Amino acid sequence: MVSINSIKRGVVIDHIKAGYGIKIYNYLGLDKAEFTVALIKNAPSNKKERKDIIKIENAIDIDFTVLGLIDPNITINIIEDEVIKKKIKLSTPNRVEDVIKCKNPRCVTSVEANIPHVFFLLDEEKGQYKCQYCDELHTFSEV
Amino acid sequence: MLKGRHLIEPMDFSIDELEEIFNLADEIIANPENFKDICNGKLLATLFYEPSTRTRFSFEAAMYRLGGKVIGFSEPNSSSVAKGESIADTIRTIGCYADIAVMRHPKEGAPKVASFYSNIPVINAGDGGHQHPTQTLTDLLTIRAIKGKLSNLTIGFCGDLKFGRTVHSLIKAMSRYENIKFILVSPEELKVPEYIKKEVLEKNNIEFEEIEKLEDSIQKLDILYMTRVQKERFFNEEDYIRLKDSYILDKEKMNNAKKDMIVLHPLPRVNEISYEVDEDPRACYFKQAQYGMYVRMALIAKLLGVC
Ligand SMILES: [Zn+2]
Repeated sequence: MVSINSIKRGVVIDHIKAGYGIKIYNYLGLDKAEFTVALIKNAPSNKKERKDIIKIENAIDIDFTVLGLIDPNITINIIEDEVIKKKIKLSTPNRVEDVIKCKNPRCVTSVEANIPHVFFLLDEEKGQYKCQYCDELHTFSEV
Repeated sequence: MLKGRHLIEPMDFSIDELEEIFNLADEIIANPENFKDICNGKLLATLFYEPSTRTRFSFEAAMYRLGGKVIGFSEPNSSSVAKGESIADTIRTIGCYADIAVMRHPKEGAPKVASFYSNIPVINAGDGGHQHPTQTLTDLLTIRAIKGKLSNLTIGFCGDLKFGRTVHSLIKAMSRYENIKFILVSPEELKVPEYIKKEVLEKNNIEFEEIEKLEDSIQKLDILYMTRVQKERFFNEEDYIRLKDSYILDKEKMNNAKKDMIVLHPLPRVNEISYEVDEDPRACYFKQAQYGMYVRMALIAKLLGVC
């Protein structure tokens, strides 16, 4: 049994907006994980009213860019020997490639298979991105 | 330097670069015979993934008048596209044969994809309802040629301003010039999209008004840009009946317009301009089609670097 509170070696994804934990859990495919994963919902937080936390007992390779896209306020703690070895603060990336697909059915990405799906940040506050091909606006935090 | 560049959206070129193209177009109009061989030995590929005879003819005529030749397809069914070849592969192959390519495609962003893989200049000749930059060049050259300037103008747009991409592009392009005012005439449900108002008009402090009836402001306009407004675009029948005549330009409305106002239309027209207006010297939409060919000649010459 691994304690909910501490892990030996792994990743703690902290300060997730309450309710978003499950989205990130699913996005990272943690439902299929064969190592220990804890999803904590509605934990008390100093920063926010409530927050979600994900604890992963494994040194998995996370695409931090993607998490920044979903919620830039998330913090990532890399744990080794039960201590925080590294804290990673996320930001909203200016350019996102091959993370999420364009939803516009009229977009060329719906027919051209082997091209990268690229988005550029348009409005940081709203988290709005623009498809580089069709200019359609997307807000990933809603995904 | 425009040699080797692509034209995917109107804002790809700076005002100075546009001026370069327009100056060359002026020279071509003045002395077309001086330019009849400049593209000798050059090949233009027209890749039309959906038919658009008017636009294709305009490009073909432009290339032939420069002494160049044209290859291409206008029916994707009869080409390798039907076998499922990607845009990236098509343009890389075409780049081995032709010197410059023009692409019309039903999907938004297709010419941009082509430009990423192409070693020859790519011109967007319309990608879905997204962009149509050579129409914008046409509109700008026409205004510049007839009004003698692209600044200090009040421009009215009338009709379907919501879905009219030529309208959006021209508003964007004209916003870069000095002292431009816009009067936007449309029914409530066909107003210019919010993002144009926010990102183009308000951001650049451009004066504009939105009205429903053309007759209310036609006397203020230097340019009237007409577009089609179809009955089925209205949400309610009453509005359509109340407003339908406001969106048809006729002699009576022209009587209230300035003596030197010009009327433009991207064509083809259906019924939004009465045929009686054609006789009016202020009706410039057929001239506009001609300027369209000249501006394409200048564009091709510049991108090929032969002028
Ligand atoms: Zn897109």
